[in-house]
Amino acid sequence: MNWAGAMPLAGLTGGLLIGLAGAIMLLGLGRIAGVSGLIARATGIAPGGTPWPIASAFIIGLPVGAWLIALVAGSVTTRFPPSMTVLVLGGLIVGFGTRMGSGCTSGHGVCGLSRLSPRSIAATSSFMVAGFATVALMRVLGVSW
Amino acid sequence: MRRVMIALLAGLLFGAGLVHSGMSDPARVRAFLDLLGGAWDPTLTFVMGGAIVPMAIAWRIRRRLDAPFADTSFTLPATTGITPSLIGGSVLFGIGWGIAGLCPGPAIADLAIAPVPAAIFVTAMLGGMILHRLLPALPAKQPPLETSHV
Repeated sequence: MNWAGAMPLAGLTGGLLIGLAGAIMLLGLGRIAGVSGLIARATGIAPGGTPWPIASAFIIGLPVGAWLIALVAGSVTTRFPPSMTVLVLGGLIVGFGTRMGSGCTSGHGVCGLSRLSPRSIAATSSFMVAGFATVALMRVLGVSW
Repeated sequence: MRRVMIALLAGLLFGAGLVHSGMSDPARVRAFLDLLGGAWDPTLTFVMGGAIVPMAIAWRIRRRLDAPFADTSFTLPATTGITPSLIGGSVLFGIGWGIAGLCPGPAIADLAIAPVPAAIFVTAMLGGMILHRLLPALPAKQPPLETSHV
């Protein structure tokens, strides 16, 4: 356990902001703040669902909000995988999997779990276990980064 | 226009929350998923805990509402129906998440923080989404919607 490097307080307050955003989408617009679905909608990959202007506004808000908080914070640590292969492979699988599974960490994880949705509980358990197993396997194979 | 501004505000808060909580840092997310590394980082559990509280309250408020505040009806996915594509897709997503330490929200937010690697990941992710759309043999892209009109 790495408590020294952990950020429990920032995690909690950042999480509250994320949950507040989800609550605004639900109570304001009657929709789920599911990022993978909204990206697919904003880019036209998903033909129907959330109206395009709403999906696009939410998706544009993500980097703008990130940029604003980074401006306030001064510096933000982002350690990306150093390998192009890892980025591309990870991206492809995440894109395909989130469409096939109808959601990601935000839709199934945050919005679905808090709704006690059996579908989202099943989905979240699946991607959590797969995530733990993948990182463990990469470590065993010596390809962790 | 009001609805677009509400969605933008939600996106802003979501993006800010991702960065503030450290979830925009792929190595930190991977440190949470890394049970064998000896330096397990519990931050993600606090983020999930923090995010679920306002959402759980929102779901309770939703039960008393006939319609959302700025729209005519709730348009929400079904909560039941655990299908092979739900599980298979989620497992695939978890594999990609473990490989790169990135899920869709942080990847998009990181376009403003680390534009080059984020753009590579996002491009590949959109490619994966397009690939899924092009494969007709994989059904159930969208779960059935539960719509309640006023």
